[in-house]
Amino acid sequence: MKYVSGYTLWLVIFFVIPLIIILSFSFLEKTPYGGVNFSFSLEGYKSLLTIGYLKVFWRTVWISIISTLITVLLALPAAYYIAKSKFKNLLLILVVIPFWTNSLIRIYAWIFVLGNNGIINQFLRFIGLIDSHIQFLYNPWAVILVLVYTYLPYAIIPLYASIERLDNSIFEAALDLGCSKRKAFFKVLIPNIKTGLITSIIFVLIPAMGSYAIPDLVGGVNSKMIGNEIARQLTTAKNWPAASAISSVLTLITLLGVILFVRNSKKEVLN
Amino acid sequence: MNPGKFSRLITFLILIFFYIPIAVVVLFSFNASKSPVWVGFSLLWYKELFTNSYSIWKAFWNSIIVAISASFVATALGAFGAIGLYWGKFKGKDYIWIISYLPLIIPDIIIGVSLLIFFVFIKLRLSLFTIFIAHVTFSLPYALMIVFSRLQDFEYSIIEAAYDLGATEEIALFKVIIPISFPGILAAFFMSLTLSIDDFVITFFVAGPGSTTLPLKIYSMIRFGISPTINAISTLMLAGTIVISVFMRKYLKYIF
Repeated sequence: MKYVSGYTLWLVIFFVIPLIIILSFSFLEKTPYGGVNFSFSLEGYKSLLTIGYLKVFWRTVWISIISTLITVLLALPAAYYIAKSKFKNLLLILVVIPFWTNSLIRIYAWIFVLGNNGIINQFLRFIGLIDSHIQFLYNPWAVILVLVYTYLPYAIIPLYASIERLDNSIFEAALDLGCSKRKAFFKVLIPNIKTGLITSIIFVLIPAMGSYAIPDLVGGVNSKMIGNEIARQLTTAKNWPAASAISSVLTLITLLGVILFVRNSKKEVLN
Repeated sequence: MNPGKFSRLITFLILIFFYIPIAVVVLFSFNASKSPVWVGFSLLWYKELFTNSYSIWKAFWNSIIVAISASFVATALGAFGAIGLYWGKFKGKDYIWIISYLPLIIPDIIIGVSLLIFFVFIKLRLSLFTIFIAHVTFSLPYALMIVFSRLQDFEYSIIEAAYDLGATEEIALFKVIIPISFPGILAAFFMSLTLSIDDFVITFFVAGPGSTTLPLKIYSMIRFGISPTINAISTLMLAGTIVISVFMRKYLKYIF
């Protein structure tokens, strides 16, 4: 027990207590320059029920789900190919390098390529095809592109790990018993890598739901997500109860999502 | 079952997708012109970075100071936490696992916002010290899990064997447990270093004036638009990343 005490104490003080504080602050009155009055109020939550906020919430959900779908659908065949390849060490390194690369650099790379002054626009201007620029960025699809780019390695690695652990003979058995390759994929591979699949979905969906830097740098006014709204309430609007209320709702959504998702998938495996 | 042509095609398209934007950034860090039209090879932007960019280097050293100190503390606490969970028999282990998994599940921005409000609430001035606290906090669960999964590779009976041979608790800890978990401790330390140097969102909320880290500096530069100096920093950071990736590859299995 004594060995765990430092670890537990640190997480309780700097993780659990701050979470309890924002949950409590979400039910308090705001003061004009940040901070709270210690009297009960539901104003923080009331502001969430405006049409503008519901739109931001809905946008956050659909952008995150589409990004996750694209990411996992691309990651699955890639992870499978890497796990079975003769060059898997090399391929794995090539996937791991972007995984360790600073996320701002990866966002910047896309601004450098697709931005209004990026190389594609410079090139089109240079050959005289356009006068000013084509705006590739600053819309929800640019946010999805960069989300997929950022989180694809996070999805490939756990999938790879669970495919690599599989015993190849289960496929041979399925094929010997007259199973088609397509059927073997859905009936043998997918159920056997469920944990990897769940891990990779969670690794993409949750950071996408809470993303801040990506919509801030490559999204436009019509692609702000919940993370940007939390930051705005906290910094420019100085409305702590509202920032706390949005944060509490986002936390609740992700926690509920993960719990329901993990429990359902476990049930399916048992069945 | 061998992978078909389809999965091979997807894999190669993904690798192209991964590397084209990065390669373009690297290439144009050697461009002689400020605008992204290739005019010729030059080391101008590296010269600029090394001689004329005081604030970038200040941010770099801030990042290094925070990363090393936070990784030491996170690895020490996390390793002892893992040893305690593996070795000890006590009630409440489940709760420790729950508060260890929660920070991995909750979005970074929530951790940043809640720490900011916490620091302001207890009137702790935002500085490199608050960044250090935040970085220890988000690295801890990773450190614990990496060391714990290393320990799990061993039979518990080695500890019983040590006791049977007359080892005290202290000897068992220093002669058996710490040596076998050492590769995990090392991996935890490097994982914490990388997480710390890489973090933008949480740091963004808990940083005060004068405590800019490298990612915060890069962020403010990106907001001003593209510049070849950012390309030069990116290239140098990528070179560092490649070294880390090759080194960390064998430890990745402790993370997943």
